[in-house]
Amino acid sequence: MATAEFDVPELQEYVDVPEVEEGTMAHLKPFVVTNPEHNTDLGFPGELVEDWHGKTLEKLDDLRSRYRSLQVYLDACVKCGSCTDKCHYYLTTKDPKNMPVGRQDLLRKVYRRYFTFAGKYFPKLVGAEDLTRETLDDWYSYYHQCSQCRRCSVFCPYGIDTAEISMAAREILDSIGYGQKYCNEIIAKVHKVGNNLGLPGPAIEDTLEGLEEDVFDETGVEVKFPLDVKGAEILLVTPSADFFAEPHVDGLIGYAKVFHEAGVSWTLSTTASEAGNFGMFIGSYENMRRVSMRVREAALELGVKRIVFGECGHAWRVAYAFLNTLAGPFDFLDPDYPVPQHICEFTKQQIDAGKLTFDKSQNDDMTITFHDSCNVARATRMGDKPGGQMDIPREVIKAACNNYVDMDHNTIGERTFCCGGGGGLLTDDLMEIRVKGALPRMTALNNAVQEHGVTHLAAICAICKSQFTKVMPYYGMDMDQVVSVHQLVSNAIVLTGQRTEDDEEEQDEEA
Amino acid sequence: MSTVYALLFIVATLVMVVGLALKIKQYANTPAPLKIPTTPAPTTEAGVVMRLFREVVFFESLFKSTKWTWIFSWMFHMALFVVLLRHIRYFIDDVWLPIVLIQPFGKYAGFVMVIGLAGLFARRILVDRVRYISAPSDYLWLVVLLFIGFSGLMMSFVSHTDVTMVKQYFTGVWTFSGGELPMDFPLMVHLLLVALLMILFPFSKLLHVPGLFFSPGRNQVDNPREKRHLAPWAKTLEEQE
Repeated sequence: MATAEFDVPELQEYVDVPEVEEGTMAHLKPFVVTNPEHNTDLGFPGELVEDWHGKTLEKLDDLRSRYRSLQVYLDACVKCGSCTDKCHYYLTTKDPKNMPVGRQDLLRKVYRRYFTFAGKYFPKLVGAEDLTRETLDDWYSYYHQCSQCRRCSVFCPYGIDTAEISMAAREILDSIGYGQKYCNEIIAKVHKVGNNLGLPGPAIEDTLEGLEEDVFDETGVEVKFPLDVKGAEILLVTPSADFFAEPHVDGLIGYAKVFHEAGVSWTLSTTASEAGNFGMFIGSYENMRRVSMRVREAALELGVKRIVFGECGHAWRVAYAFLNTLAGPFDFLDPDYPVPQHICEFTKQQIDAGKLTFDKSQNDDMTITFHDSCNVARATRMGDKPGGQMDIPREVIKAACNNYVDMDHNTIGERTFCCGGGGGLLTDDLMEIRVKGALPRMTALNNAVQEHGVTHLAAICAICKSQFTKVMPYYGMDMDQVVSVHQLVSNAIVLTGQRTEDDEEEQDEEA
Repeated sequence: MSTVYALLFIVATLVMVVGLALKIKQYANTPAPLKIPTTPAPTTEAGVVMRLFREVVFFESLFKSTKWTWIFSWMFHMALFVVLLRHIRYFIDDVWLPIVLIQPFGKYAGFVMVIGLAGLFARRILVDRVRYISAPSDYLWLVVLLFIGFSGLMMSFVSHTDVTMVKQYFTGVWTFSGGELPMDFPLMVHLLLVALLMILFPFSKLLHVPGLFFSPGRNQVDNPREKRHLAPWAKTLEEQE
């Protein structure tokens, strides 16, 4: 059981909507960038600029002229309150600035004060406020308590998306040199090394060789984990956590086995060894684009025909919804396939084509439920039909497992609750909000455990997986209860020529 | 007084039309550099039209969220819509058939509208979360609309205003040739508040009306893999290379 310096909420049958309690999370701020290079490498000032007041307003004005979402969302809110009980962070912290509209208003108040007629002349009447140094600290605190999961936007009658506002606010903060250490350090690493974890090429190569040996020892089949292979058909771009973290790496083994059985050649790339793109979290189009260009360059350099993304939520959002715009056109790739594809789409197609054989009983020790990752569920699609992003991963799981149940329908699909660690919050200095924010998901999971005997939670996002392994012990659950979807595939898939248990017995007898 | 009101309505109409036109122009001209529809989202234009239709007519997202807010705001908006249709008869000489047909409903829709507004007002005061996010203007809008509704109902059901005079006045208002406006207190209040609402429309949260149609979360087609979605300013980033 992990210990905490804050009160860990207790699991109840339901998460009740709490009464407002102001300021409960005002103390929480992530570490600010300490090494100025982590700002300047991203094109931001190294530290807080002197003229922060003027620069902040300038940037806000610039952003609202470049993003229709921001301009419309700042204007359109009628304060109906529809979103107020939808954010996992509000539900468990009671802090009204963690209500989606409360969070938006931190920026909206300043917008109104300086850019609207009513706010300029009647600030009190419309709740407009001056921009002060305290405003910046409030922004820094509360815009880093938003995981940009978009759950609020589902319920907003105008589709106002707090993620857009929070991205804009973070971009403003970055533009005046008030950046968050965790995100900016990571983006700097991607720009320099090629992945979020700063893993150099040789380290990845070692890991992959190790995985090849492991799979061979286990199955007797030579499943390859190719790196930088020119002329391969598919470039796999996957979150760097897949190279070593549990349960991520078991997912990577699953992808490799599927590619092997599908009979396609594939490769990873050292320069594009990261699917994640934290440029989105900080709202920086320029950084998001720069990170995305690595994928294009790797695809060109290796001469691949297709691009497939591994299991990662926000990465899939950037890949599915933005990659073509940021780094396209991909007219040099095979036009018969969408660019990019999700690994679940790929695996589903192989299943439908009858290319994969499963022994589902290999997963019989588990009863699985599936956590819809926020970015996948509410910002992307898989397959041709709307909602495929919910159906396809479940179909893949069900093809590999006998025991599957969904959690409460109010907590899955488009209504899914964030893991609590998305949007650039997956850092130890924000542990309090991460643990608290996980409560709605943990509650739904616990209910499924109690009612349906669920033993494991499957996810398709590196951040979800890392967050759950860290947070579940706080709620009396085991970190091993989190699994990758392709880990389940890996467990059940029967490779052509694979040693069966009978073979092993025969071998034993011969010996 | 009639001249003052005539001037007021001319100014109010101009401010509302020009103000809204400028806002709509701003929304239309501001690029949406990325595809960000809240998914699952329609994959075709026709699907987006349907999505917006459901949002405008049924308040689909609000219905998903909270039934109390939904029922009150839906009552208010739909009743307001019927009431507005009914009011067309005060501005045209040969009243169109559909407007004639809704007349009996239109008269009572005023009550529904007021009930809806009262519900929204109660919610704003009683629910602590909504109270927290409310600025004075949020209450005032409801008060203004409630008074518009009350004064309208007064004229229909309590102290009748000479509507033929009103109609004559408004059909001639643009040329100042409409004659005299009856000096009834409910009518004066009604018209004053309506003019106020029209003037404030482009500067207030009433911008949610055009806003919804420009909300990228709702109006975008989910086809980013098929089509690039390059904003002009983003294109210049490519050209710099």
